[in-house]
Amino acid sequence: MIQSLADGILVGAVLSLGAIGLTMVMHMLRFANFAHAELLTIGAYAALVFDRVFQGVNATLGAKLAPLTLTGSLVVAMAIAMAITGASAVLIDRFVFRRVREKGGELSMVFASFGVALIVRNVIGLIFGLHTELYSKGIAFAVVVSRDPLLLIKPDQVFVLAATLVIMLVLHLVLSRTTLGYALRAVAENPSLAQVNGIPLKRMIVLIWVIGGGLAATAGIFYGLTNHLSPVMGRDLVLPIFAAAIVGGIGSIYGAALGGMIVGIASSLALLILPSGYSPSVPFLIILAVLLVRPNGLFGEVRA
Amino acid sequence: MPETGPTGAGLEVRGLVAGYIPDLPILKDVSVTVAPQSVTVIIGPNGAGKSTLIKAIAGLVPVSGGSVTLAGRAITGIAPDRMAGEGIAYVPQTDNIFRTLTIRQNLDLALRKAGGEARARLDELFTRFPPLAAKQKERAGALSGGQRQFLAVAMALAVKPSLILMDEPSAGLSPKAAEEVLALARGLTAQGTTILLVEQNVKQALRIADHCYILADGRNQIDGSAAALIADPVVGEIYLGGKRLRAS
Amino acid sequence: MIGILSYLVFFATLASILAIAVLGLNLQWGNTGLFNGGVAAFFGAGAYVTLILGGQPQDEHLGGFALPYLVALAGGIAAAALLAWIVGRLTLKLRHDYLAIATFGVAVAFENVMRNALWLTGGAQGLRGFERPMRDLLGDGLNYNSVFLAFVLVLLLLVYGVLQRLAGSPFGRLLRAIREDEDAARSLGKMPARIRLTAFVTGSAIMGLAGGLYGTFYAFVSPQDVLPTLTFQIWAMLIVGGAGNNRGAIAGAFLIWGAWTASGWALSRFAPVEAQLYTGSIQFILIGLVIVGMLLWRPQGLFPERLVVSQSGKPGH
Repeated sequence: MIQSLADGILVGAVLSLGAIGLTMVMHMLRFANFAHAELLTIGAYAALVFDRVFQGVNATLGAKLAPLTLTGSLVVAMAIAMAITGASAVLIDRFVFRRVREKGGELSMVFASFGVALIVRNVIGLIFGLHTELYSKGIAFAVVVSRDPLLLIKPDQVFVLAATLVIMLVLHLVLSRTTLGYALRAVAENPSLAQVNGIPLKRMIVLIWVIGGGLAATAGIFYGLTNHLSPVMGRDLVLPIFAAAIVGGIGSIYGAALGGMIVGIASSLALLILPSGYSPSVPFLIILAVLLVRPNGLFGEVRA
Repeated sequence: MPETGPTGAGLEVRGLVAGYIPDLPILKDVSVTVAPQSVTVIIGPNGAGKSTLIKAIAGLVPVSGGSVTLAGRAITGIAPDRMAGEGIAYVPQTDNIFRTLTIRQNLDLALRKAGGEARARLDELFTRFPPLAAKQKERAGALSGGQRQFLAVAMALAVKPSLILMDEPSAGLSPKAAEEVLALARGLTAQGTTILLVEQNVKQALRIADHCYILADGRNQIDGSAAALIADPVVGEIYLGGKRLRAS
Repeated sequence: MIGILSYLVFFATLASILAIAVLGLNLQWGNTGLFNGGVAAFFGAGAYVTLILGGQPQDEHLGGFALPYLVALAGGIAAAALLAWIVGRLTLKLRHDYLAIATFGVAVAFENVMRNALWLTGGAQGLRGFERPMRDLLGDGLNYNSVFLAFVLVLLLLVYGVLQRLAGSPFGRLLRAIREDEDAARSLGKMPARIRLTAFVTGSAIMGLAGGLYGTFYAFVSPQDVLPTLTFQIWAMLIVGGAGNNRGAIAGAFLIWGAWTASGWALSRFAPVEAQLYTGSIQFILIGLVIVGMLLWRPQGLFPERLVVSQSGKPGH
């Protein structure tokens, strides 16, 4: 039970980071972006590449920061991966979504996002192979936190959780303390009023893709660090991330953060009752439950 | 504020054609002249194109013909996010504040280009609208209708505009709040701002206006000084004597 | 010669079955503007339930009710409709993303349950014990397959005819009105949510019919048959055919199914052995490129919906 809770919180951290970017894009551009989870994959693999590069260049960077399996090179690679993923998101928008947006309805955007997801996922599969990858071949030993009830936690997991909290705190400070943050929230709430107030919409859209992409990259890397990397990780994470955004209420950044935790914990606890084979269905059950009980999510507003 | 205030600029709208669909203009041919530092009110039946006129001036509705000039500068079809830079503020009818931000955050957002002056201007606005100062940490969505309009006007004033476009500022307000908002608009001209507003609330609006245009079906119908229109028996019959208006 | 003929019959049967599903999607997306991200689930519900109702009793899993074939097929259609009704009731009043996400979720959950619920569906092994109808009379092979193709074609024409009439009917115009402008449709006093639900359930029932025929043709269905791939293929067929156009939808089905089989064959034949593992990835990239490319450069499809384009007087795109 306690172990499930701990595992759930960890999964929740990854989902929260993914859902924050997704909910912002969904709210502002008014479409369900099924390619968002592929940004996690792009981030995770970009970090893998640069991690190997730095390790090759400088061996001390490759040393583990004990007790983590995390290396200095991966930390640097993470920053680069965030930038690359943000840039990928902007480019995908520039070359696909923006052009479809100018041509037609929101429906076409959803289709386009599936098309983009298929292309990205399988190109990554072609480049890196269909097998799974790990950042570090070293075995991460779990620390026994408690014997009764049994609770095992790996140092990497603690790092991931702490880093997620720091990222969310920074995001919170930006959104609640800076005019840039107000502008982002203003654009999310009412794009045309934001424009009237002199906020350049196009630049804000770029910014939201950069932030969403950067957060997705960290989510992907954290997933890779605590599980493994695989070209189909986006396929497996897309539904839980959507569930997190829906639980929180589409458009609510704080809702997405909390929604990720709820979905992570609920999925983990559900496996105490359900056979583990059914875990891919759990996010769907959560979505159904939210639609039944509170269709606009925890913090969502009623919108047509 | 009066001394440092902008000098209201005159607005010239000539033969404006505008609408969302290219072949179906809502505005077919509208010309309006707004003298500097005056209040001009646009009235007319529903669907006459009143709000469209204001939105077209603000760059929110595509313009397909005619011209708009402010103080001699052409601003036809300006991008909405460049309006503030040209000294124009636009107060939409509804959804004119950011409900999820606090009052202070709304104003900070409006003042974000003011640089070093922002603090002083915020104080000026709070002095002018004490209720906003008292509630500055509350979410703007929690404000009453009248206070919401005050916040919207305060945000418009933040950019020190020479022209303020207001779309039915008194809509949905109690008669007393409506009067306060219209009196506020009137008061702004004394500080050098030019006001163009659309109103359904014709009687009250004419009382504070200098000049009035009546639109119908996307074209100019009648115009004249507010005083003359109030006195005009035909206008009185059609626009001031209807059931709707008597109720207000 | 017989070999080629057999293959053509085989190909035409599958393409026609998929074309029926594309027609169902066209009613939802092309005519009503509803996104269905879970075509595979409604198709699969039709296939599984038809085989469970019509199959011989089995020890390993539920089913084998050995009902008459047409009853079993009707049951499959009803199952797909019921699934659509549940999802539609929950989502059609909300903004359109919810339908997209919920239908996508249905497909994920459906495939997952089919794979795991051994007692119900035989799990990953698939559902067995189904006898193809009238096999005693027709035997196996080309003979049987030709008759079955004729049966499928009759149903395809039937669905096409009904949908064509529907598109021209007042109900069809209502659907289009909702697709173009929901507020305007609401102001006419019609209830868009209800009408959308009708269209969504009907479209999904048609996908259920396609699934039932698919299960019948193979006398077998497994989770491999209801993967998201199927959904993507059916979308590509409609996008290529041109949303809103039933004839285009059928043409798109044959075109894309032809391209899919041809690319699979070419990759398996000409790609180096070490790359064989990646033929799936390459096919997915191709289908992704078809979807994105069409939306970018020819959003009206290869066979656009002429009627509406001329009516609304819009320029070419």
